[in-house]
Amino acid sequence: MAKKTHVATTINGEPMEFLCEARQSLLEVLRDNLAMTGSKEGCNNGNCGACTVLLDGQPVDSCLVLAVEAEGAEITTVEGIADDSRLHPIQQCFLEEAALQCGVCTPGFIVTAKALLDRNPTPSEHEIRFQLAGNLCRCTGYDKIIRAVQDAGKRMAAEARGASTTTNGSPARQQQKQAT
Amino acid sequence: MAQAESHPRKYKVIGTRPVRHDGADKVTGRAIYGADLRLNGMVHGKILRSPHAHAVIKSIDTSAAAKLPGVVAVTTSADFPDLQDKIADLGEGAVNLAHLGANVLAHGKALYKGHAVAAVAATSPHVAQEALSLIKVEYEPLPAVTWVLDAMKDDAPLLHDDVYTKSMGKKADKPSNIAAHIHFEKGDVEDAFAGSDLVVEREFKTASVHQGYIEPHVSTALWNQDGHLTIWTSTQGSFTARQQTAELLQVPISQVTVVPCEIGGGFGGKIAVYLEPVAAMLSRKCGRPVKMVMSRDEVFEATGPTPGSSMRVKIGATKDGKLTAGEAWLAYDAGAFPGGVIGPGCMCVFSCYEFPAARVDGYDVLDNKPKTQAYRAPGATQAAFACESVIDELAEKLGIDPIEFRLKNAAKEGTRRVDGPVYPRVGFIETLEAAKASDHWKSPLEGKNRGRGIASGYWFNIGLKSSAAANVNPDGTVSLLEGSTDIGGTRTSVAMQLAETLGITAEAVHPKVVDTDSVGYTDVTGGSRVTFATGLAAYEVGRDILRQMCERAAILWECDAAEVESVDGEFKTKDKRMTFAELAGKLSQTGGPVVGRATVNPEGPTNGFGTHIVDVEVDPDTAKVTVLRYTAIQDAGKAIHPSYVEGQMQGGAVQGIGWALNEEYVFDGEGRMANASYLDYRMPTALDVPHIDTIIVEVPNPAHPYGVRGVGETPIVPPPAAMAVAVYHATGVRMQELPMSPPKLWAAMQK
Amino acid sequence: MATVFIPTQWRDLTADVESVEIEGATLREIARGLEARFPGIAERLGDDGGIAAGVAVSIDGAIASRGMLAPVGPQSEIHFLPAIGGG
Repeated sequence: MAKKTHVATTINGEPMEFLCEARQSLLEVLRDNLAMTGSKEGCNNGNCGACTVLLDGQPVDSCLVLAVEAEGAEITTVEGIADDSRLHPIQQCFLEEAALQCGVCTPGFIVTAKALLDRNPTPSEHEIRFQLAGNLCRCTGYDKIIRAVQDAGKRMAAEARGASTTTNGSPARQQQKQAT
Repeated sequence: MAQAESHPRKYKVIGTRPVRHDGADKVTGRAIYGADLRLNGMVHGKILRSPHAHAVIKSIDTSAAAKLPGVVAVTTSADFPDLQDKIADLGEGAVNLAHLGANVLAHGKALYKGHAVAAVAATSPHVAQEALSLIKVEYEPLPAVTWVLDAMKDDAPLLHDDVYTKSMGKKADKPSNIAAHIHFEKGDVEDAFAGSDLVVEREFKTASVHQGYIEPHVSTALWNQDGHLTIWTSTQGSFTARQQTAELLQVPISQVTVVPCEIGGGFGGKIAVYLEPVAAMLSRKCGRPVKMVMSRDEVFEATGPTPGSSMRVKIGATKDGKLTAGEAWLAYDAGAFPGGVIGPGCMCVFSCYEFPAARVDGYDVLDNKPKTQAYRAPGATQAAFACESVIDELAEKLGIDPIEFRLKNAAKEGTRRVDGPVYPRVGFIETLEAAKASDHWKSPLEGKNRGRGIASGYWFNIGLKSSAAANVNPDGTVSLLEGSTDIGGTRTSVAMQLAETLGITAEAVHPKVVDTDSVGYTDVTGGSRVTFATGLAAYEVGRDILRQMCERAAILWECDAAEVESVDGEFKTKDKRMTFAELAGKLSQTGGPVVGRATVNPEGPTNGFGTHIVDVEVDPDTAKVTVLRYTAIQDAGKAIHPSYVEGQMQGGAVQGIGWALNEEYVFDGEGRMANASYLDYRMPTALDVPHIDTIIVEVPNPAHPYGVRGVGETPIVPPPAAMAVAVYHATGVRMQELPMSPPKLWAAMQK
Repeated sequence: MATVFIPTQWRDLTADVESVEIEGATLREIARGLEARFPGIAERLGDDGGIAAGVAVSIDGAIASRGMLAPVGPQSEIHFLPAIGGG
């Protein structure tokens, strides 16, 4: 049995420590050691994007990151995109606009789209296609995914505007927070 | 949405776009796909695969692997029952169990690179991987053949010495790589060609392509100490997986439960079993749950491709544009075992048109590739590439608009197909009319190196068996149990049909895909059948519930059940009325719960036609093809959830674009696949395609209460032909080979 | 009487007869009638009393799911086709 290394990270806002073998990828540790199976393995060599996570805000293929490299990093996975009681606008738009069929590539697309929209909530169609070109989908032909990301950006921008006029987020969100 | 003919029904749920019932789980990462399953005590299995495309396996020594610490079980085909040529009917088609078994683990001979030879289970996937390197296999390599025409030659390396050419039940007298010959003939073909004003004959070839689902094959098996085998798997058909596994292990079906996990795409490639029986055998040996997940290169090298093909199509016409005669010669490879998709290829090649006379010959040919599997309208895409290319050339030479030429000859109700049967009401003409009226067709395409193409396609929608049951809850909702694994939103399209029948909302139905012990037999999710056939079962469940609820209302109202009718979610007599939810809340006073159930086996096939339009630009220096605009038009009968119908059309179109432009299995000199990764196989990305516009045509299917026709498969059929025509108009070169990748197109453009 | 279309690959047994009228209420009765007229056809059509793997029977445009027990009407049109599956 290979010697294990101790790694301390923050995952979806929570401090997380784990032991891993040097050969284990971040994807393997997320899925097998930490039971966070939202990130999917489609190819294990960086070509499909189904395992995309944010590493210090940057989208990466977690199958290409060694788990030991996550020391001190902040990681966001698909499990960390939604609020406690509410889906993220990207997730909501994916559902309303039928931007998924089998759904196995969806976590990777949502995480990649979040990285894009956090930076630029009003990307052009070309910018979205460029940013998502590392995520393969075999079911949808991408059409509805592109539209959902575009609409989610608009919704995020509108929410940001709404947030700046009230003090602590939208009233609806506050109510939901209080309810939980 | 084009309404091809007025439909008398007004729907409340059908035709709306509710959020899918499994949606939240799938966008939050909570849905459990096959690879996400974790069981206590679980170990991990891996498969050793042949490095040779064709070789005799002289010996396998697993002793060193078995001794590696952490290894808990090792298996080879020697552990499995010896199956003679037993045929099992899998509902969607028959399979020779000896061949299926030998594909799962090689018997004596490796027939393609990647053919499974042995398997191990260990406490971690890494240990299992290490153990594979300790298995010693002695091979005697044989010459390999991977091109269908080479495999048909008399001196070709013979894959099996017990396969004889079959011709509709007639068996030849010497072994051959040609496993089957199909022949159809209608009218006097020679006479009809002689009477033609113009005849065009062309030869075509297409490469093997893979279904490309993003989720690799995965199965977990637990052979419990009481003898019961449970398999959690990612499959298009849990009942089919159960039967195949039980047959290969020679255990009773009742001893096997298949639990379908969420499935990450299939397209026809997740019907045959690969890992299930191996995981089961390893579990029997070690007494623990064994999980097996393929890597991406294993998926490419050992599963699914659709046939590579060699085709010759000859079509005659009169100068005023009537088709006179057709002749097609189609050879499709089947890979390492017989049973490719040549049958439907032959049935589809001329299926869009009325041919007074035609002849079709088809060959199912063995070669050293993975056993081919169905891929979305299996066999039809290759055939349409050939037929539609010739149709376009005829139209051009006759000086007739390609849509008008198709309209003059389009298959319609009453058309006798070349293979015999007569079409019922079909919607091909309506798709052509919709294409003609589309903004895309009416907008001129301008600019250098650009071209527009149009092509049509056809696929059957098979019926087959579906079962469903539903429980009425006291709050007026209904829980629906079904056996069709949901690959593209069918929980919702099926639930919507139950909701419509009951007069309740789509959200008031809670659909669940359950295991093989929890619902009646249901055939595969394939053949464009789920929304059609399982939807029909849901409709029948609804009728069953309404009948029972009318009886319950009669008890409450102390009247005769015949006096109660159900209309739009209400039960009423002349002077009383109650909503579905109100009555649901009173069921316990009237005798207890209401459960509806149904099992159906619709025999009347439906027929799906589509027409696609594409604009491309070809870079004259690199021959790279850019898709500028794309419109897919299809007769859906009745679109239950239009977003997911559009999604099928868009997804199929982009798979077809990939098939047309890039995708192919590349083999080295020894018959080994050389591009078994997504990087080298190169499926379309978001950046490679434009938006795919859709036009849904609705010509209701007379054989379904809501007029549904299956829509899943037809959309992949027209794209390669449409793309080839567009490339022709952009470059002046008629490509007769797929893929039209830059090296091939560039070479053709230099001639 | 049902009209039975003979597949081209069976016409070696029928002296090139392309279709025949056969009396029968089920496919099994049709098969017996065919065999009586054209010996050898039963072997091509079926094995062990069922329909051969890879062969499908279309009765009035619908693929018969009950095999040899499929009902046949007096005006039925019967074709023998390759079995198809789907993706």
